[in-house]
Amino acid sequence: MSDPVSALGLARFDGFATVQEIGPLGMISLRAGPEVKALAKAIKAAVGTGLPAPRRIVVAGDRAAGWMSPDEYLLVMPYADTEAAMAAISKTMGAEHHLAAVVSDARAVFDVTGGKADQVLRKLMPVDIGQMAPDELRRSRAAQVAAAFWAIDGGYRVVCFRSVAGYMMGLLTHSAQPGSELN
Amino acid sequence: MSTRLQKGGRLIDRSSAVEFTFNSKRMRGFQGDTLAAALLANDQMLVGRSFKYHRPRGIVASGAEEPNALINMGTGAQFAPNQRATTTELFAGLTARSQNHWPSLEMDIGVVNGLFARFLPAGFYYKTFIHPRAAWKHVFEPFIRQSAGLGQAPTEADGDRYEHAYAFCDILIAGGGIAGLQAALVAASSGARVMLLEQNAHWGGRAPVDGDLINGKPAEEWIKAVLEALGKMENVTMRSRCMVAGSYDHGYVLADENIADHTPGDGRPKHRLWRIRAGRIIAATGALERPLAFAGNDIPGVMLASAVRDYVVNYGVSAGDRTVLVTNNDDAYRTAIALREAGLEVPLIIDARAEVTGDLPAKARAMGIRITSGRAVVKVKGGARVSGVAIGLQAGEGAVLEEVVCDVVAMSGGWSPVVHLFSHCGGKLIWDDAQAHFRPDSARPPTNQDGASMVFAAGAANGALQGDAALADAGRVASNVVGELGLKTRGKLAKAVVCSEAAMEPVWVMPQGANTVLRAKMWLDFQNDVKVSDVQLAAREGYTSVEHAKRYTTLGMATDQGKLSNINGLAVLSGALNEPIPAVGTTTFRPPYTPVPLGALAGESRGEIFQPLRRTPMHAWHEAHAAYLEPVGLWRRAYCYPRGPETHEQAVHREILNTRANVGLLDASTLGKIVVKGPDAGRFLDMLYTNVMSNLPVGKCRYGLMCNEQGFLSDDGVVVRLSEDSWLCHTTTGGAERIHGWMEDWLQCEWWDWQVYTANVTEQYAQIAVAGPKARQLLEKLGGMDVSKESLPFMGFAEGTLAGLPVRVYRISFSGELSYEIAVAASQGLALWEKLIAAGADLGVQPYGTEAMHVMRAEKGFIMMGDETDGTVIPQDLNLGWAISKKKADYLGKRGQERTYLARPDRFKLAGFETLDGSVIPDGAYIIAEGVNANGQRNTQGRVTSTYHSPTLGRGIAMGLIVGGMDRLGDVVEFNTLPNGTVKARVVDPVFYDKEGEMQNV
Repeated sequence: MSDPVSALGLARFDGFATVQEIGPLGMISLRAGPEVKALAKAIKAAVGTGLPAPRRIVVAGDRAAGWMSPDEYLLVMPYADTEAAMAAISKTMGAEHHLAAVVSDARAVFDVTGGKADQVLRKLMPVDIGQMAPDELRRSRAAQVAAAFWAIDGGYRVVCFRSVAGYMMGLLTHSAQPGSELN
Repeated sequence: MSTRLQKGGRLIDRSSAVEFTFNSKRMRGFQGDTLAAALLANDQMLVGRSFKYHRPRGIVASGAEEPNALINMGTGAQFAPNQRATTTELFAGLTARSQNHWPSLEMDIGVVNGLFARFLPAGFYYKTFIHPRAAWKHVFEPFIRQSAGLGQAPTEADGDRYEHAYAFCDILIAGGGIAGLQAALVAASSGARVMLLEQNAHWGGRAPVDGDLINGKPAEEWIKAVLEALGKMENVTMRSRCMVAGSYDHGYVLADENIADHTPGDGRPKHRLWRIRAGRIIAATGALERPLAFAGNDIPGVMLASAVRDYVVNYGVSAGDRTVLVTNNDDAYRTAIALREAGLEVPLIIDARAEVTGDLPAKARAMGIRITSGRAVVKVKGGARVSGVAIGLQAGEGAVLEEVVCDVVAMSGGWSPVVHLFSHCGGKLIWDDAQAHFRPDSARPPTNQDGASMVFAAGAANGALQGDAALADAGRVASNVVGELGLKTRGKLAKAVVCSEAAMEPVWVMPQGANTVLRAKMWLDFQNDVKVSDVQLAAREGYTSVEHAKRYTTLGMATDQGKLSNINGLAVLSGALNEPIPAVGTTTFRPPYTPVPLGALAGESRGEIFQPLRRTPMHAWHEAHAAYLEPVGLWRRAYCYPRGPETHEQAVHREILNTRANVGLLDASTLGKIVVKGPDAGRFLDMLYTNVMSNLPVGKCRYGLMCNEQGFLSDDGVVVRLSEDSWLCHTTTGGAERIHGWMEDWLQCEWWDWQVYTANVTEQYAQIAVAGPKARQLLEKLGGMDVSKESLPFMGFAEGTLAGLPVRVYRISFSGELSYEIAVAASQGLALWEKLIAAGADLGVQPYGTEAMHVMRAEKGFIMMGDETDGTVIPQDLNLGWAISKKKADYLGKRGQERTYLARPDRFKLAGFETLDGSVIPDGAYIIAEGVNANGQRNTQGRVTSTYHSPTLGRGIAMGLIVGGMDRLGDVVEFNTLPNGTVKARVVDPVFYDKEGEMQNV
């Protein structure tokens, strides 16, 4: 078996903030309504967190559960753990109407870190970062592509589709150029 | 002579000299100069030529309103045309060239236009170049284009970097003069998030030049203190060199930040475009001084009075030794006083008003300056430079009473508020009779999405022209805005003390009764050469709407967008129409306020990241193997893989023949893959597809068609039954996002009570088609799962491993060969591809591209979305009735397809075509019919939809739509060819290869 590879082979750029492609990261897209009783249990079983409130992400170590829409959640975990998580979800949800799909490989993930990491994103995303809650997961766009992000230690984790990983790296590199700090 | 004064210049650093060149002449300025100031310091008054008559043009203004001093900046990749010298900060090594002249600035051949000025009246081009029609394209337009335009177009790609940035605030204040600063203090005291943007490098606006006192101290001290205070506040963002370009609906604001115009090559972005969402906008954008319309007012050396004083006070530069001031208001006297204080001569102040009584004139008088009231400049004397003025009665018609020698004429026709930001989104203006200008009407502001006022004018922009009034107005407006946001202000308002001013008196033509000859020399628009006589002519010719008159005369259409000419022009128009000025109105104010570089608008979007390029996991392999890539949406797919000297056509033919003889690999990762799951998923898919998907057995695949509500074909693909309650729908490459959105639309808006979830997993998988008679052998070499006909029959699928990689294998074929499509996790797609290539070496495996795929499917008679369909084609047209369920009560498109037009029997229908001579029918060819239509065009009975050379059959093959479709089998029809020929073809079955399907079912 070949090792799974991230879209860009862990590309990195050191500008006024550091851009580091990470991954591959385990991700499951879980669709179910919050009114489904088993949902919270399934998320607990899969990633060990509670049910995230709207627009929030609950992080527990290397796992997390994020709110993506009124009936969609993003579960994050180590890449190798998706199979077990899928099994746990299936078992806990039982006959309840839901859809769980592994999407680890459909995504590219970048960590943007440094004291001015927010400025890299402020150039690309129409998001009022200053008003965001610390545990907010924000779905938006970066220039011309869909992107979501949330705060991590020392910066932000940005997620986009795998096919546009090169474009996203280009955007982040352009925006993190030394000398282009916003202030 | 203009020159640098021995003393003065609050913005320059005399210890830091800066070298630059103008038209290759080496010149010297100081740090802090604008280019215009430095040019004047080097006695370079002449800076360009006008657009139409190539008249000599000098510096008129000292700021963004400058119409004349436009220059080509820089060279090569740093070249930028039409840069305003008055706002260009000087830096070492700056290279500037003047514009719109040939062969040289001093000696210009286009000046002959001026000699024929009386033959080049308003609307000249429209009147002259109408006939003969052909001459426009071949004679007139090339000539006009060559002589048109001010700056040159750059010849190299822009070498600088640009970027965008997003920002959000409660209150955005445009303008960092004393009104803007006062507004910012008030707004910030409430705790609101405040953005304060100033277009210049310096804060404080005109107050320091005008000598205002604020809180008992010189304005400059107050400005410094305010900046310090605001700088310490966390809720305040201040940016200088940041021009607010426009206000748009919902509090959206664009601002152009000039970061590195003055520090080229330092690696910083040249400009940054700010995209701001503001709760409320305060436009503290100041006012602009108006020129006066007198004969010869365009001669270099005639300048705005405020500009003359700016150059002296800010840069220590005198525009000339002897300045005659001509004015209709008190403010301009500040210029005379400043000049005299700097030791320069002011031989005369010409005041158009009959009585001159104000404090400022009194001060000028006390300094010994001669003032003559009720007088006018009859004409300015001089050619390339002012040499004197002839003076007469303002009430008269131009008899000369006196002549005065001078080298500068400082003019002031009063001040007009900068109402642009207030007006961009529909704010209305009112005419202020006392000050003779339009100012924002706070009762009719532009409104926000919540119906509240969006833009508030403050200070001079609101008509409060003098320092004391401006400060008070800004404080009041900002307090109102804060109150509207439900917040409270704190602290005391600053107060200014200024020299009081007597009333001004509007003067639109000087002298008021000037004759035709004089009026034809009174410039309104300096850049575009529009004169008083042109506007009057337009009015006589019936251009009574100000918008029409503007376009007919080109008044205000230059790069300065009428900042100086607008009000004067419409006042002249109103005079000619004999209507009051407010009845004539203004032209529309549109963003941007001053030009924004195209690079700033593009931002990061250029080069590699001009637009997103989508790559499959195997993209790099294709590139490394010399694939010719074609765009498919934002993807780049391998069209073919030429080897050595092969042409693309040869490569495509080789790939097809190899796939049909051995085995080929296609990167099919871009195909859409959507999981549909839930108790109602079967019912849902039965509605989406024309055929039945709910009865598809688990483990099987079925081809399906999707139509829109009108019945037209929208997408197709293979549907897979994954489990009892889940299906996987394959879509076309271009359909992935669209069909997913289509599904969600129906589920969320129409069938919201159906229990169905969808997930677009297109990018989760790499997908590889392994096609050809040796496909099974190849998979068996990789090993790991049973891919025999028995275990994995045609239109079945199985999950397992190949070469140790977890895969899902579908027995589906788009090529007509034995074919497996293998889905593997995207992160292992390249690994599987490489293993297939390696393992297949002795089987003759070759990758094939999209063109080989297209040809092979055409050989099999398979339709392709976008070739056989174009949004007007229904499945029945393509003989796909077998894929339309007769049993289902409904599906999307069913009702549409029953409409008489779509159900009629004589529609164009699919058939195959073989040319009699074996040639390839041209793309897009029509099947001609007898006779011509009402437009004299040949009648048609059909058209080709796919046409290729089939290397398998060694001849041209085609599919097309023809009246009668398959009923026409055996008929010979004619397709048109370019330029005027036709080619005969026989109507045949569109399945050219393996009609029985034996090859794919082994």
